[in-house]
Amino acid sequence: MPARVLVAKPGLDGHDRGAKLVARALRDAGFEVIYTGIRQKPEAIASVALQEDVDLVGLSILSGAHLGLTRKTVQALRDYGVGDIKVVVGGTVPESDVQPLLDMGVTAVFPTGTPIETLVEEVRRITAGDAEQTVPGPPPS
Amino acid sequence: MGANISRPWPCRSASGVSGGRWRLFTGRIYDIRVDDTELTTEAGLVVERSYGPDDLDPEHSDRIGAPGEFPFTRGIHSGGYRDRLWTFRQYSGFGTAEWSNERYKLLLKEGGTGLSVAADLPTQIGYDSDDPDVEEEVGRVGVALDSLADAEILFRDIPLDEISTSWTVNGTAAIMLAFYVAVGDKQGVPRAQLRGTVQNDILKEYVARGTWIWPPAPSIRLIADSIEFCADEVPRFNAVSVAGAHFRDAGANAAQEMAFTLQDAVTYCDEIVGRGRMTIDQFAPQVSFFFYTHNDFFEEIAKYRAGRRRWAHIVQERYDAKKPSSAMFRTGVVCGGWTLQARQPHNNIVRVAYQAMAAALGGVQSMFTAAWDEPFALPTEESTTLALRTQQILAHETGIARTVDPLGGSYFVESLTDAMEERIVAIMADLEARGGMVRCIEDGYVQRLIADESAAVQRKIDRGERVIVGVNRYESDQPVPALVPPAMDDAARKLQLDRLAEVRRSRNTRAALAALRDLRTAAQGDANLVPYLVNCVEEYCTVGEITKELKDVWGEYQQPTVF
Repeated sequence: MPARVLVAKPGLDGHDRGAKLVARALRDAGFEVIYTGIRQKPEAIASVALQEDVDLVGLSILSGAHLGLTRKTVQALRDYGVGDIKVVVGGTVPESDVQPLLDMGVTAVFPTGTPIETLVEEVRRITAGDAEQTVPGPPPS
Repeated sequence: MGANISRPWPCRSASGVSGGRWRLFTGRIYDIRVDDTELTTEAGLVVERSYGPDDLDPEHSDRIGAPGEFPFTRGIHSGGYRDRLWTFRQYSGFGTAEWSNERYKLLLKEGGTGLSVAADLPTQIGYDSDDPDVEEEVGRVGVALDSLADAEILFRDIPLDEISTSWTVNGTAAIMLAFYVAVGDKQGVPRAQLRGTVQNDILKEYVARGTWIWPPAPSIRLIADSIEFCADEVPRFNAVSVAGAHFRDAGANAAQEMAFTLQDAVTYCDEIVGRGRMTIDQFAPQVSFFFYTHNDFFEEIAKYRAGRRRWAHIVQERYDAKKPSSAMFRTGVVCGGWTLQARQPHNNIVRVAYQAMAAALGGVQSMFTAAWDEPFALPTEESTTLALRTQQILAHETGIARTVDPLGGSYFVESLTDAMEERIVAIMADLEARGGMVRCIEDGYVQRLIADESAAVQRKIDRGERVIVGVNRYESDQPVPALVPPAMDDAARKLQLDRLAEVRRSRNTRAALAALRDLRTAAQGDANLVPYLVNCVEEYCTVGEITKELKDVWGEYQQPTVF
């Protein structure tokens, strides 16, 4: 059975070109993908993750508000009793914020510029059960 | 296809010249041929090896017209930039009203000729800075404006009768219009002298930018109300800037960008004309447009020329306009956006300069040239000033302003303009056949077209079929600059929250509540809501309070999620 992935945009940021490209790439790679649409509250994301029984939640945040929004989403997942669902974060995440995100319990961070195939591979690896935290750096030039 | 030759090649190195010795060059020698994929424009228009007289439509002189004359292919003014340069209008705003006011004064001191307000997301979507749901977003991607108190500071020491101001705000645009009118009133500037634009184009927000609040019908009503209000009260202010820019940056190609935008404009005009309170000639001169200028140089020029001609025909043929100014397509543009890259970021300076030149050759009315560091940071004073200088050099050093529409009559440019117009007409006809723009947005049809185009472009980039210098060709080891997302520091956040608390404490609460109640009653009927909004902001009702009042009456939009 293919892994189920929820692509979600928390906060007010409406830029979802990247989120949609990722959703499409994961679908093309054989995942079952659900996209929340933009401007979702962390509780709403957790609720969908629970109802849809997903294996992984991918947050896309480009407004710079990734630390607070990720913390709230991770907490909401725990509150809904699904704190075991893996969370990954993509978007305009500076290097200095990567470790704080991992410390919150995020499994992987995909900063802007991550090649899409790298992201798909990582998601495949993570959903296959390898939960080790990873940060794919920028691609080799 | 022009493949890259990557075999080692003997080459005389710099040291080899002086030393008279040869050494093996192990790098890659690039092919100089143009790739096959570069033989069509980004929107897929075929480009021939060369063009001549036979490529022109036999009726081309009539189709093109003279500068300043219908159908305005060659520009809306007979004198072009020779009589009046485009406006240098740099989008700016961050943190608090105090910070943004300082940046505006810097831009004006450095020769900017218009202001462009970037508001933070809570302001654009109708939340106050003290709303716990939005605390992460306050002051981040623009300036936080909760009440008239913030707007007064934003324009402190800036005479509103001497400057025009553009607001990239949509969901809450009518409230921003009310702010501007109220600040003008306080500065003692007659409303008839206020100049500027509120973007106020909600349809594209449902598709691309995402700052919608209410469902389409009441949102369109509020836009129509703003247009009527401006026509009556603020005649030099554009009540709507129908924007294709966000379709474009979301993935649409140039033809789609123009077609979707014109279809949005038709939707708004249908609404106002359908009300029966105004004729097209009473409001069309206050409808303006806004687009992205991306990299495909001649296609961008053709896009502006074709869009201008198409709009002139629509206004005349669909709405029977009589005044020439009704059919004039006035547009601002932004250069940069999605085309800017974090890798080898100084290349962005060159990209933006070419884009600005295309926009000028396309005959646009105002320009925002993005700073080279935008992909990873909030522009600095230095990068902001350089972006402005890019326009100033174009305007004053290249001679581009000397004659109107310098490319008019070019075999190639006129052919490409015709091909672009044909494509725009076809896309618009498809949207109409599917029930119009609102229907196509509610169905997710437009969103799907854009997502398809975006995915196709990404595939080409991934395969190296669309070249991006420094990204998928001519890469280097130069490190990618560290991302610095915009942030609001704690002191600034406290200043904002304290001011909001002070406004709530010191205003006449009874009058504020009465103003909100009157607004709600008016929203339930069909009166023009803008005077009620002006009343609300003058009583220091907040953006969040006003938005909530209207949400109670109208509900909230539910988005389809297409990818």
